[in-house]
Amino acid sequence: MQTPAEFELSRRGMLVGGAASVAAVTIPPVTAAPTRPATPPPATAKVAFEVNGTARELEVDTRTSLLDALREQLHLTGTKKGCDHGQCGACTVIVDGRRINSCLTLAVMHEGDKIVTIEGLGTPDKMHPMQDAFVVHDGYQCGYCTPGQICSAVAVLDEIKAGIPSHVTADLNAAPKVTATELRERMSGNICRCGAYSNIIDAISDVAGVKA
Amino acid sequence: MKSFTYERADTVAAATAAFARAKDARFIAGGTNLLDLMKLEIETPAHLIDVSRLALDRIDATPEGGLRIGAMVRNTDLASDTRVRRDYGLLSRALVAGASGQLRNKATTAGNLLQRTRCPYFYDTNQPCNKRKPGTGCAAIGGFHRLHAVIGASDACIATHPSDMAVAMRALDASVETVDAAGKARVIPIADFYRAPGTTPHLETVLAPGELITAVTLPKPVGGTHIYHKVRDRASYAFALISVGVVVQKDGTGRVALGGVGYKPWRVSAADAELPRGAKAVTAALLDGAKPGHENAYKLPLVERTLAGVLAQAKG
Ligand SMILES: Cc1cc2nc3c(=O)[nH]c(=O)nc-3n(C[C@H](O)[C@H](O)[C@H](O)COP(=O)(O)OP(=O)(O)OC[C@H]3O[C@@H](n4cnc5c(N)ncnc54)[C@H](O)[C@@H]3O)c2cc1C
Ligand code: SF4
Ligand code: FES
Ligand code: FES
Repeated sequence: MQTPAEFELSRRGMLVGGAASVAAVTIPPVTAAPTRPATPPPATAKVAFEVNGTARELEVDTRTSLLDALREQLHLTGTKKGCDHGQCGACTVIVDGRRINSCLTLAVMHEGDKIVTIEGLGTPDKMHPMQDAFVVHDGYQCGYCTPGQICSAVAVLDEIKAGIPSHVTADLNAAPKVTATELRERMSGNICRCGAYSNIIDAISDVAGVKA
Repeated sequence: MKSFTYERADTVAAATAAFARAKDARFIAGGTNLLDLMKLEIETPAHLIDVSRLALDRIDATPEGGLRIGAMVRNTDLASDTRVRRDYGLLSRALVAGASGQLRNKATTAGNLLQRTRCPYFYDTNQPCNKRKPGTGCAAIGGFHRLHAVIGASDACIATHPSDMAVAMRALDASVETVDAAGKARVIPIADFYRAPGTTPHLETVLAPGELITAVTLPKPVGGTHIYHKVRDRASYAFALISVGVVVQKDGTGRVALGGVGYKPWRVSAADAELPRGAKAVTAALLDGAKPGHENAYKLPLVERTLAGVLAQAKG
């Protein structure tokens, strides 16, 4: 008769054996693994630019987007990666005074540029008026899209001031005005999954000194 | 993304020479289309030549009374130029109907013309696509084709050209100026710029490899009322299902070009001639020979109705 101890042993043996046989089926033996040619090291390049007023010099894999350089190498993680394909605006930063999607541009293409991220607009102790207004008007819920929204919003007011027309500008030959319709159209490149849109428009209108 | 080497060109001659020297090179301007496609390994260049800093960022008056738009003029700057807003309103309107503020700040005149289709199967590397991988077939034919071409397509490809700007350029009779590696310049009317898909949908324009766009020129202003009407699935930041660009004169004559219906902005001189007779006659001439599928047949009545609205708006 089998003692309980013997039973335990054999059961364990069975389980181990079973697992081993399954492994043998699903994992090909090491010796049969296809041999891969050694990959050449990725190309790198040097780039120097200014981020939030500080000169930075980096050596990057040429494939590095400006977004990844900011987040992974300079540890400025305020700028967010949403889609990595220009579709959401979470990565919006201001380069030489213009808002762009940092995910769709290579870091090496920004030699000599002046880059401003959310960290450069203001700090928790000394907030930019747009950051302040987003807090006052509750212009976010989860906050993931917020740095992009704020960078975009700051640039939008400058664009209206500079007379840049939008899809909803009624008269191409007149100066565009700050209206809720203009702001909504101009902010359409910034998606908010939480749907904080109406409060975002309130915050921007407040900074511009108009009623939404 | 595949690894690539990178260089920045300072002159047009240096850019074309670099292309001739390198293997599997690509020019990069705003990067908003090329980088997107490189991330998905739909484009896999071994070498990038950055042309974004070439001194091709000016808009100059031409002796003929038109404008010469440098290839690197950003979409935002082109849409905002006071001469463009006053004399070529259709172009401003088409530009600001496209993409987002962020993207227009980067996108260039040349890059916009050369942006590739938004056919979802072209983007999905698991699907057959003759444009992405010649000879593999076309997943859109018999598949999801609500967004696709209704005219000028072939058995190999039914993709549309996604550019809004190109529709305005076509209606305004723009020309594309280029220089090749040997330094030879040529001028290509926009009407002859895009190639029909035929059996080679991967060849999209008449440009030779390494031929660099230096400028796009506009003839002298034609006056009239300029309207660009884009119909899309959401009110902003979406590609066109169809779009209608018109210049209409006081006497009802004018010109009309369509976006979202074919492999290039669609304009037919016989259709221009029908403008005084109204939307039905114009659409019949414009889309004569159209072969829509069951999912995109809606584009035909949509063009006619959108055009009717636009012509009513032009009358004021
Ligand atoms: C989310 C999203 C939404 C968009 N929505 C719209 C829209 O609604 N309407 C619309 O029209 N567009 C839209 N776009 C596309 C956008 O307009 C294009 O990506 C942009 O115009 C491309 O310009 P670029 O300078 O960035 O080109 P790049 O990406 O730099 O280049 C594009 C191509 O042109 C070639 N090239 C560039 N310059 C030259 C030159 N001088 N000579 C020869 N070849 C050259 C490059 O090699 C490459 O093959 C959208 C894009 C995104 C990401
Ligand atoms: S329509 Fe053209 S781009 Fe789309 S799957 Fe077919 S071949 Fe490819
Ligand atoms: S992460 Fe750049 S637009 Fe989405
Ligand atoms: S606050 Fe959550 S995505 Fe905008």
